[in-house]
Amino acid sequence: MKTNSLNKKFDKIRFLEENNKLVSKDQNRLLNKFLNNKLAVLGLILFTIIILATIFAPLLSPYDPLKVDLRSMRQPPSLDHWFGTDNTGRDVFSRVLYGGRVSIFVGLGSSLMAALIGLAIGCYGGYRGGWVDVIALRISEIFTSFPQIILVLLLVSITGQSLTNLFVIFILTGWGGMYRLSRARMLSLREEEYVQALESFGISTFKICYKHMLPNALGPVMVMITLSTAMFILTEAGLSFLGLGVPLNVPTWGNILNVATDIVVLQNYWWMWAPVGIVISVFVLAVNFIGDGLRDSTDPSQQG
Amino acid sequence: MENNKNIALSVKDLKTYFYTNNRCNKAVNGVSFDIEKGKTLCVVGESGCGKSVTASTIMQLLPTLSRIEEGEITFYKDDEKINIEKLERNGQKMREIRGSDIAMIFQDPMTALNPVFTVGFQIAENLKYHTNMNKKEIREKTISLLDDMGIPLPEQRVDEYPHSYSGGMRQRAMIAMAMACNPKILIADEPTTALDVTIQAQIFELMDNLKKNYNTAIMLITHDMGVVAELADNVAVMYMGNIVESGTADDVLRRPTHPYTKALLDSVPVLGRGRNQDIQPIKGSTPDPYDRPVGCQFAPRCSFADNTCEVMPEITNISSSHDVRCHKYKEIFQY
Amino acid sequence: MTDKNDIVLQLRDVEVHFPVKAGVFKRTVAHVKAVDGVDVDIYRGEVLGLAGESGCGKTTLGKAILRLVEPTKGEVSYISPDKDMTELTSLSKKEMDPFRKKLQIVFQDPHSSLNPAFTIFGSLEEPLKKYGVKSRNERRKIIGDLLEAVNMRREYMDRYPHEFSGGQRQRIGIARALCIGPEIIVCDEAVSALDVSIQAQVLQLLMKLRKERNLTYLFITHDLSVTEYLCDRIAVMYLGRIVELCRSEDLYQNTLHPYSEALISAIPVADLDKKTKRIVLEGDVPSPVNPPSGCPFHPRCPKAQDICKSKVPPLKKYTTNGNEHYASCHLIDLPEVN
Repeated sequence: MKTNSLNKKFDKIRFLEENNKLVSKDQNRLLNKFLNNKLAVLGLILFTIIILATIFAPLLSPYDPLKVDLRSMRQPPSLDHWFGTDNTGRDVFSRVLYGGRVSIFVGLGSSLMAALIGLAIGCYGGYRGGWVDVIALRISEIFTSFPQIILVLLLVSITGQSLTNLFVIFILTGWGGMYRLSRARMLSLREEEYVQALESFGISTFKICYKHMLPNALGPVMVMITLSTAMFILTEAGLSFLGLGVPLNVPTWGNILNVATDIVVLQNYWWMWAPVGIVISVFVLAVNFIGDGLRDSTDPSQQG
Repeated sequence: MENNKNIALSVKDLKTYFYTNNRCNKAVNGVSFDIEKGKTLCVVGESGCGKSVTASTIMQLLPTLSRIEEGEITFYKDDEKINIEKLERNGQKMREIRGSDIAMIFQDPMTALNPVFTVGFQIAENLKYHTNMNKKEIREKTISLLDDMGIPLPEQRVDEYPHSYSGGMRQRAMIAMAMACNPKILIADEPTTALDVTIQAQIFELMDNLKKNYNTAIMLITHDMGVVAELADNVAVMYMGNIVESGTADDVLRRPTHPYTKALLDSVPVLGRGRNQDIQPIKGSTPDPYDRPVGCQFAPRCSFADNTCEVMPEITNISSSHDVRCHKYKEIFQY
Repeated sequence: MTDKNDIVLQLRDVEVHFPVKAGVFKRTVAHVKAVDGVDVDIYRGEVLGLAGESGCGKTTLGKAILRLVEPTKGEVSYISPDKDMTELTSLSKKEMDPFRKKLQIVFQDPHSSLNPAFTIFGSLEEPLKKYGVKSRNERRKIIGDLLEAVNMRREYMDRYPHEFSGGQRQRIGIARALCIGPEIIVCDEAVSALDVSIQAQVLQLLMKLRKERNLTYLFITHDLSVTEYLCDRIAVMYLGRIVELCRSEDLYQNTLHPYSEALISAIPVADLDKKTKRIVLEGDVPSPVNPPSGCPFHPRCPKAQDICKSKVPPLKKYTTNGNEHYASCHLIDLPEVN
């Protein structure tokens, strides 16, 4: 027997329907589905708040994140310093805001670049096959079989720590997944009849692949971009926390977290690491919720 | 007209509504018919008319976001009367009935069998659950079922996987599975639509024999009027959730009285009528189920419609076997 | 209506064999002989039906004519109204372009025949752009005219495919096939996926367009009731070969090949007065990977003799009712005609 709550829900819908109160907005069903997913909406809100905060950092905080002020070292949160100050008197709140800029930029930027490269090669390879596809497949396998940490250590030891290096590493380890995803989509899309119709008109391969098929392959790729962003931000935080990521003079969320390697700070000065940790977690969760929401709303088999 | 001895299943005023996307879709909106023992009832209609939903409702195989609003489904098992609509969907009683008393075969034979189990295993499962036979007996019965359904070399085929069966053979295996426990009622949902015409002919022959040899009541769902002419004893024509006309095959095919039935018969090229037959397409298209016309659902596409059709017509008995749901039936065929 | 000497498309010994690769090194172990030697002349202005069951090769043949699939052997030649013959199979991709204007195709599945990411205008303007319609306004006009020609409103060009029903999408597919003014259209099961009552709409539309634009159709289908109504001539295919080719009336009234006989009798007829004794064939439709020896139909043929098992019957020409009638069967008792 149906649960009572389900029955009541049905009765309500039926009543509204019979009184002509319901109208299906067919356009933007994607949007509707997304907005119905409460977690996704929550994720979007949190994500937007954090991003806007980092963008408007100068408006929100009067302090220079790099400015050292030895007179106000290690102060707990107060009206002057919302998140307190750190070991060298820098305002933690503004460091979190400015640090966010770098972290998000690295995360989102490398994710987008990886997607660009992966899509470019994957679309053509999946559609046409041939030696381009075979070679790209093998190369991507090599890259994805490498554990990311090892690769980072290798590259850091060769080229030294820098923001650009981190960018490059993330793109190198990230493009493989995007490539395989778009390639898989293309393999099924090329059997679609509209593709054959374009071929029957003699339209060029490039046009068919990049103009007509690529938009249909974007769905899962967009989801993967959001999830990669989250992953890269976490990885950057982890690496910088260990001292392997961005050099310490540039504030990033990971770098700020780096102070927690000191047990004294961990035990006594919670405001130096806890807020940053929470912000990272919230941001990554938010991005994951958005990604889930996107995936659910672009997946045609999900019932609503 | 109700002679309980002959009726296997009786459906009265059935309404099944779907609640997906926070809307209410009245997929089946007041449907009544009887399935007689040893006879084939063809439920014919186009996509969206609700014929498959009716079958799923009888089997209590509806998705979560749907329910039976009203109506009765009475199963006459031997001397018992069971009200299916009152049973729990996955309760013990319903699961006992499903598969052994009422069985169903589906449209696509390619996906109806589980690819990771042998065909014999899948048929045996049915027997294992519903009967008390031991392993040896089950295997023998499985092989004899495959043989009855016309599968060559059944002793070998019973241990093979579905991928080595052709489309026609898979359909036969499905029918074998359905008939394993000698069900009183067999529901076939477009069983031959995905098959080649020469294979279709084989399956029709098979189903005809089931009727004769086992006295099974068959409910055959199809969109093909040709199939109706070949196999049906009784016919129910559905449109947008209602039965618009029902009767014997003779009644409905020779004396179509509902504008939809007539239009359907007139819009299909019939083999043997040559190049100069007059094909009349039905104007318009099936309405959006969420934006239905008021009253008779076929009125916007009907050449006979007028204002009276803004009220849903009741069922009229034109003869002891022939029913129609139309205000204008007298203009279509004079008895 | 069709001039016997006015051939527009000539197929000679066309074969399409797909290699079956197996093993680590992807060696070719067998071939799927989808089309296995087809000879046929298509006359200008006719509707030639291509009928058969799954695996007979009709869809592959249709695609091979357009070179969506490359023939592995044989020639497909186009003959212009000025009697200029060009062998299409030997042309490069670039050289095919002027001929692509003459040959078009309408597909079966209305749900995958239009790009969901583009509006109708976006999908239809691409071929127009390629074939020289430079101005956007002109393209809009042409597409608007095309939509009206298929009984749809001009404004529909700015909508997306998901807003249309199956029948409407199929009509848009027909509009697309017409957009650069073809002479020949291959209809690949163009009505099979539609509801029965919508099929009639689309069939009538196809007939109207044929008269208006003087088109030639190759109508591929498995439904012999539709071919009887629609086609001038019908070719029945089995396992990659044409087994019978004749005028539409002759196929039903003077059937020569046992397979055609069985096929016609197997079709369920929606008329209680026309029920005939069904010829039920034994066994399954065979696979084109391993066609039987001799006549490909002999394992299922109720009339098979010894010669059928060893010798492949050639497609011979006969006369029925004063019309040309081709069939490939050893057991036909009519005089051969040259």
